[in-house]
Amino acid sequence: MVARELTRRYGEGPTAVEALRGVSLEVTPGELVAIMGPSGSGKSTLMHSLAGLDRPTTGTVDIAGTEITSLSDAKLTLLRRKHIGFVFQFFNLLPMLTAEENVLLPETIAGTRPDRAWLDDLLTRTGIADRRSHRPSELSGGQQQRVAIARALVTRPTIVLADEPTGNLDSKTGGEILDLMRASADDFGQTIVMVTHEARAASIADRILFLADGLIVKQLTEATSAEVLDVMATLQS
Amino acid sequence: MIRVALKGLLGRKLRAALTAIAIVLGVAMISGTFVLTDTIKAAFSSVFTQAYKNADAVITGKSAIGNNNNNGNGPGTPSLPGSLLARVQALPQVSLAAGAINDQAQLVGHDGKVISRASPGLAFSHTDVGQHFSPLSLTSGTWPSAPGDVDIDAATATKNGFAVGQEIGVIARGPVERFRIVGTVKFAGVSSLGGATLAIFTLPTAQRLFHKQGRYDEIDVAAKRGVAPAALVSAIRPLLPADGQVRTGQAQAQQATKDTSGFLNIIQDFLLAFGGIALFVGSFVIANTLSITIAQRTRELATLRTLGATRRQVRRSVMLEALVIGTAASVVGLFLGLGLARALNALFVSFGIDLPQTGAVFKGRTIVISLVVGILITMLAALRPALRSTRVPPIAAVREGALLPPSRFARFGLSGGLATIAASVALLLIGLLAGGLSTGIRLLAVGVGALALFGGVAMLAPTLVPPLVGVLGRPSRRLGGAAGGLAQGNAARNPARTASTASALMIGLALVTLVGVLAAGLRSRFEDSVNKVFVADYAITATNNFSPISVASAEAVRRVPGVNVVAGVRAGSARVLGSTTNLTAPEPGASRVISVDWTAGNRQTPERLGARGAFVSKDYADAQHLRVGSSVTIETPSGAVLHQTVIGIANPPKGGSPYGSVAISSATFDAAYPNPQNLYTFIDMQGGVSPANTQALTAALSGFPDAKLQTKAQFTRNQEQGLNSLLNLLYVLLSLSIVVSLFGIVNTLVLTVFERTRELGMLRAVGMSRRQVRRMIRHESVITSLLGAALGIPVGVVLALLVGAAIKYPAFTIPVGTLVVFVVAAIFVGVVAAILPARRAGRLNVLEALQYE
Ligand SMILES: Nc1ncnc2c1ncn2[C@@H]1O[C@H](COP(=O)(O)OP(=O)(O)OP(=O)(O)O)[C@@H](O)[C@H]1O
Ligand SMILES: [Mg+2]
Repeated sequence: MVARELTRRYGEGPTAVEALRGVSLEVTPGELVAIMGPSGSGKSTLMHSLAGLDRPTTGTVDIAGTEITSLSDAKLTLLRRKHIGFVFQFFNLLPMLTAEENVLLPETIAGTRPDRAWLDDLLTRTGIADRRSHRPSELSGGQQQRVAIARALVTRPTIVLADEPTGNLDSKTGGEILDLMRASADDFGQTIVMVTHEARAASIADRILFLADGLIVKQLTEATSAEVLDVMATLQS
Repeated sequence: MIRVALKGLLGRKLRAALTAIAIVLGVAMISGTFVLTDTIKAAFSSVFTQAYKNADAVITGKSAIGNNNNNGNGPGTPSLPGSLLARVQALPQVSLAAGAINDQAQLVGHDGKVISRASPGLAFSHTDVGQHFSPLSLTSGTWPSAPGDVDIDAATATKNGFAVGQEIGVIARGPVERFRIVGTVKFAGVSSLGGATLAIFTLPTAQRLFHKQGRYDEIDVAAKRGVAPAALVSAIRPLLPADGQVRTGQAQAQQATKDTSGFLNIIQDFLLAFGGIALFVGSFVIANTLSITIAQRTRELATLRTLGATRRQVRRSVMLEALVIGTAASVVGLFLGLGLARALNALFVSFGIDLPQTGAVFKGRTIVISLVVGILITMLAALRPALRSTRVPPIAAVREGALLPPSRFARFGLSGGLATIAASVALLLIGLLAGGLSTGIRLLAVGVGALALFGGVAMLAPTLVPPLVGVLGRPSRRLGGAAGGLAQGNAARNPARTASTASALMIGLALVTLVGVLAAGLRSRFEDSVNKVFVADYAITATNNFSPISVASAEAVRRVPGVNVVAGVRAGSARVLGSTTNLTAPEPGASRVISVDWTAGNRQTPERLGARGAFVSKDYADAQHLRVGSSVTIETPSGAVLHQTVIGIANPPKGGSPYGSVAISSATFDAAYPNPQNLYTFIDMQGGVSPANTQALTAALSGFPDAKLQTKAQFTRNQEQGLNSLLNLLYVLLSLSIVVSLFGIVNTLVLTVFERTRELGMLRAVGMSRRQVRRMIRHESVITSLLGAALGIPVGVVLALLVGAAIKYPAFTIPVGTLVVFVVAAIFVGVVAAILPARRAGRLNVLEALQYE
């Protein structure tokens, strides 16, 4: 996946907000990239642009060889089915479906036949195999997020985008979710871009991008938590 | 994907059920109507099949003017000469033939009053030969054999406390006569003949009672073995007099069934119209409920979109939901219709329309139409919400509190609404006032125009909501304190939603207002007419106010001391200038008890009719281009042809007159009608209305239980009874659509409570009591229903103005009292609609509500 010179302006005239001011990034297959930055720095805006949920004002995003910013709604929808998995901060599970049905929802929508062995493997690895027939209201926050992650992985998309997947969880559960992300990259070779506020992300991400005021201001590879905290402190000041 | 949509629907059972109710009621009305009318038709058909089951041929008189009563049993139909029976019996094809009398006679109860007022009293003759053809069978006692004997039907006997051996009064042509009950009978095949009483006499008695000595109303014939009914009919035909006709038994039964089904088809269309209105209102409710549900599911729909659902899939899932709701609702409505058919019948009975019944008839057509209409309306109503659902962008999945983008049509609301209203008024004007169009096209224009008018006002409503809520919410703010103030704010918060909820109620209230205003106008016009026309002291009419009664009652009061003038007005149908018209005939002296204006001629004209004169009403004269001196040919049912000359043109008041389109002298009338009857009799007395006079007249009428003596005020009141009954019937039927809109308010409020769960929790957390929460919801409901009244009542008044203009309606009266009642009714609807939602809101657990997402 390649993004070039993304800008995103909200509103018009003097009150306009430049959420992104020229962000370029390239993610190689199997890589787990973490995006960090102060609140309001444009992280969510970037994720939405990458996922085709929102159109950038200028710039391009290529996913699996297709330039998505100029696609029609119908084409973009079909592309999302095949190539993009999204993990939300608030899980966004359908309350009337069981965990398993929620996981299978992308397949159901696409009308494809689920691969049973893969599903069982996925449910086991995400740790919700014994909860498959429970409804979201009967699951803890961490379990709900595991279901959401399994849902993002089930179609083996080209890229999984996650916006603060741990933002609504306590730090212990959040840690487990981060581990699950890492495991997905390792075991399934899943490409992942993830926004997070946790310094621990440092230990699991292959690469960390720091965003401030709509620009990538720093990049760390194989960083330690201390380094990450350091950068964050300077950015926040 | 289908499963996902269905599961979603299951997850919102209450909401789905509330949505469905709107359709259930409308469909129940449709299916109930069909069941009711089919059942009655089947009953009639069974009655007639039974009545002619053993007759291979049936000979009856033939009405010369060919009105719709073709089966030869209608009033005014000529009877057959007695010699015909002998000639028919002499035919080689005939094995058995019997003559019979079928006429109408009323039975008098122990209280001295006519037993069956709404339904006819039927009278038959009994002969041993004729019994072969009779549908009647004895349940107790014997057949009548002596001149003073009568059999009555078992149901009447039980209900009115008569037993074999007792005496009973019978009114045929003259004053009441007393007979001894020797037996009770029942009519084969049906449980009820629609409340009709039966009286069976010996043949000579029946002939005497109905002034048909030596004559028959009907001759039933059985063929010899091997003779086909058709052959028998051909053999009989040459023997018939000019005013006789013969049919096979089967054809006679079919003809008789057909004659009644015309009337039933009118009832059917009439009731279906109300089902249609209820469904139209239901479509507003469904559209609104679905829109709200979709708005509340924005996040869910957006999530589906991020997971790869196309717009088409989203739209389809909404339509599928509508299909499921529509199907379930239609099926429930279909079966509810079975129960509703009984309720409708009870309703008709209570308004004096009693029709025969058999077991409920549930035809395939009923099922198909009910389901198709119910499902189709639901799907149509879902179209717009479904389209809007596709406009939910995927990004809404991640935005907190994301709102559905406003409808593409929303910004055209004001101008679109005004344009629609203008177009609808134009259509209504064309339909109501334009000349030279066929009735079908005019009705279509009126129907589409009315629908468009409602649609236009509904489109305009969102713009009107904020200012109207500002005004209509004032009492709430004053009475409801903080809760009332919040309620007012909530009602104005989502104008489109409040507007569409109120619009459903608007339709019902507009129609009720239309009916109420028209009725008020009719009533005031009628009263004006009576005040002008009624210059007598007393009037005599039938106890049911509208049947013609025997001339003998007028004769009876003539002998009362102090009577100056007694003048009856005969009425009967006749063919005048080629079409069936209401013919009347005033007795001498009418000019002194009835006053109308004269365009040509003067007050004395009714007295100068003589043998060859006639006077006509101004409207009729204008329509037929008649002048004084024009000649008119009048054909009567018995075959008499009268050639009259117009000697006057009356200009009666618009609210009705005792004279019909054409009037001739009573002497001429009596010569042409075998059984002349008076519609009204007017009396002028020395001393005017006084207790003594009333007593004397009442005493003179004691032999005529079917006659009712009235003063002018009583006459007005009695004559208005019919109008009031019709009015009440219309109100009851229209209330169905108001009930549908009531459920619409319930829906909106329940959904609103769901939506505001967190907010309600917050209000409770900061100290709002349960009672205050309930009050808040109730006031919001009442404000919404008042909005419905504020929209509906003016629309109804405008419709009444248009309709009034169409029927040249000078007396346009706004019945303020009635309209106030409607507003109170609207408030009541609001209060009732709020019960369930307010209870739900009050029960919310504060903690859970605060955590609700
Ligand atoms: N729909 C919108 N309309 C207007 N401005 C917006 C909109 N969405 C985001 N913004 C603005 O764009 C900027 C970037 O927002 P964004 O949500 O991308 O930040 P973020 O890095 O995700 O912050 P956080 O860590 O708090 O989630 C902010 O200044 C925000 O106010
Ligand atoms: Mg964010």
